[in-house]
Amino acid sequence: MKNFTLATYLAIKEVVRNRGRFFLVALVIALITLLVLFIAALGEGLANGNRQYVANLDAQLVVFLEKSDYIISSSRLETNTARSIRRVEGVDDAGAVYTSSTEIVSLPEPLKVSLLGAEPGRPGMPPVVAGREFRSGEARETVIDQQVAFRSGIQIGDVIEIRSTQGVDDEFFELKVVGLVSGQSYFFQPTIFVPPSTWEKIRPQSDSELSSDTPFPNIVAVRLTDPSQADMMMTRLVERVPNIEVTDIETTINNIPGYSAQQGTVQAQGFFTLLIGILVIGGFFQIQILQKVPQIGVLKAIGSSNGMVGLSAVIQIIIVTALGVGIGGGLTYLFSLGFPPTIPLVFNGARSLIAVALLLSIGPVGGMVSIIYAVRIEPLKALRLG
Amino acid sequence: MSNIALEVRDLVKSFSLDGATIQAVDNVSFQVRSGEFVALVGPSGSGKTTLLSILAALLSPTSGQVLIDGQDLAKMNERERVKLRREKIGFTFQSNNLIPFLTARENVEYMLRLNGALNHGSRIRSDELLARLGLAERLHNLPAQMSGGQQQRVAIARALIHNPAVVLADEPTASLDTERAFQVVETFANLIHENGRAGIIVTHDLRMCQFVDRVLQMRDGKLVRIIEDKNEILEFAGAAVH
Repeated sequence: MKNFTLATYLAIKEVVRNRGRFFLVALVIALITLLVLFIAALGEGLANGNRQYVANLDAQLVVFLEKSDYIISSSRLETNTARSIRRVEGVDDAGAVYTSSTEIVSLPEPLKVSLLGAEPGRPGMPPVVAGREFRSGEARETVIDQQVAFRSGIQIGDVIEIRSTQGVDDEFFELKVVGLVSGQSYFFQPTIFVPPSTWEKIRPQSDSELSSDTPFPNIVAVRLTDPSQADMMMTRLVERVPNIEVTDIETTINNIPGYSAQQGTVQAQGFFTLLIGILVIGGFFQIQILQKVPQIGVLKAIGSSNGMVGLSAVIQIIIVTALGVGIGGGLTYLFSLGFPPTIPLVFNGARSLIAVALLLSIGPVGGMVSIIYAVRIEPLKALRLG
Repeated sequence: MSNIALEVRDLVKSFSLDGATIQAVDNVSFQVRSGEFVALVGPSGSGKTTLLSILAALLSPTSGQVLIDGQDLAKMNERERVKLRREKIGFTFQSNNLIPFLTARENVEYMLRLNGALNHGSRIRSDELLARLGLAERLHNLPAQMSGGQQQRVAIARALIHNPAVVLADEPTASLDTERAFQVVETFANLIHENGRAGIIVTHDLRMCQFVDRVLQMRDGKLVRIIEDKNEILEFAGAAVH
C-alpha cells in the first residue's frame, strides 16, 4: 500500500510538472483513439446496415431453398413453404419474407431503399413503433423504417411514390405510409415493408416474371416454441419439409453477401491501428525512460524499491493513456456531430466499448518494455559510480 | 565513548578485466564513529568510489565485512539492502542528485515519505533544515530553477532528514566554484557533528579536508595513510591550497 501511494505520488507529480510533454503524448493517444473509434463505429454502422433486419428478426431459425448456401438473394422458396413449416411440431409461427430494392422518387433527392414483403403479425414483420401495420392482401400501404422517415421527412399519412422497373419500362407506384418500424436496415439501405401481394406487384421484375402474380419468398423466418431446441428443430424441419435448408440467425448474417469480408477488413484496420498505437506509445515511453536513467538510479540508490519504480511507471502510463483516450473520445463525439446521416457511424455498439478497452490497454502494453527496463536499471551504473 | 556507526573489516573488492584480476579495494579496515566526519581521498583509480559504493550497499564486496549500525551487509538480501539504504544511509552524489520534477521541499520530504515518517512535525523539521542551509526562499523551486550549490545543499538536507546512521557524499563539490564548495562542505560538516551522524566525503579537492575530523588516504586500493591529528589535517588541507 505504501509502495502504491508513493508510486502514485511520483507518477502524478511527474505528469503535472511535465504536463506539456505528457500532454503531447496524450494527444498522440487521442488521435489514435479518434481513428480507432471511427473505424469501430464505421464497422458497427456497416454491420448494422447490412444485418440489422435479420439480426432483429423475431425468429430463431431461417429457412432457405435447398443448395442456396444460406444466401438470401439466391434462395427462392415455394409459395406454400411457410404454411408447411407452421404445421411442423415445435414451430410457434413462421413468416415468409420477400426481398428486393427500389427507390422513393417523391422526394427532392431520390432515396434508395430495401423493399421487403412480410406477413403482418408473423415473424419477418418487425413490430410497429408508431402508426399501425398495413392490411394484408393487395393494400397499397407501407410501413417504413424510422431512418427513412428521418432522412426524408416522410410522415405517417404521407403518400410516397416509388419507381420500379417492370420488364423494360419504369413504372411508378404510390404507397400510403401507415406506420413506422425501428432499426431495420438491410443490405446497407433503410427498409420499407409492404404486404406480399403488393410486393409482387411493385417489385422490379424482368419480362418473364411479369406474367406471374404469385410471390415467391426468399426465406421463411421461424419462431420456435422452445428456442433452446433450435438444433433439433433444424433437423426436423429439413426432414419434414422438402427442398429446404435451415440455419440460425448468426449463420444467415454471416452469409449476407460481402458481410464477412467487409467486417474482416474493418477489424483488420482496427487491429493494425491498435498495433501501430502500441508501437508508437511504446517508443515514446522507452525514450522517456532512457532519458530518466540517472533519475531512476537516484531513486533506487536512496532506497526506492524496484517494485515502486516499476509501479510508478505503470501508473504514469495509465494516467497518460486514460487522458489520451478521454480526449480522443471527446474529439470523436464532437466530430461525429458533424457527419451526415448517410455515413453509417454507430458509437453505441459493443464494438466501441471493446475499442475503448483495447485503447486503454495500448499504453501499458506499449510501455511494457520501458517498465521492465526501468525495473532493471542498476543504480550503480545509472549513477556512473561503477 | 562514541558509538561505532560504520565498521569496515578486511574489505576486498576485485574485478576481472581481460583475464587479469584487479584489486579495486585491497584489505581495507576502518571505523567511523557517530558524529565523526571523515574524508576519503586519493588519486583517480585509487578505489575510493568503489569503496563508497560498497558502503552504500550498492555493490557487494569480494570478501570482508561492512557493518552499518551493527548490521552486516554481507548477510543481507537485496530487499534488506534496499531497506538499509532507505533507513540507515543518506547519500549525495556528484550530480543528478535530485528528482527533477520535485521541488526542494518535496525532494527532502521524499525521504520521509519513503520511510513512512512524513507528518506535521517532520515537515517543519524539513523546512527548518532547508532554511538552515540557506534555502528558505527556495522551498518551492524545482532543481532546474536552482544553482548547482543550491541543489547540493538540498541533497544534503535530503541525506540527513531521516536521521540515517551514515551519510555518504561522493564528490559533492565537483561542480561548484571554490566559495560555494567551502560553504557546502562546512555546512555539511556542521550538520554531521550537530546531528551525531557518521559522515564520509569522497573528494579530489584536498582543501575540503580542513572541515573533517579524519582523513583516510587511499592508493591502489589500499588505505595508505590515516590522519587524525587536527593540526596535521589542517596542514594536509593547507598544503593543497598552496
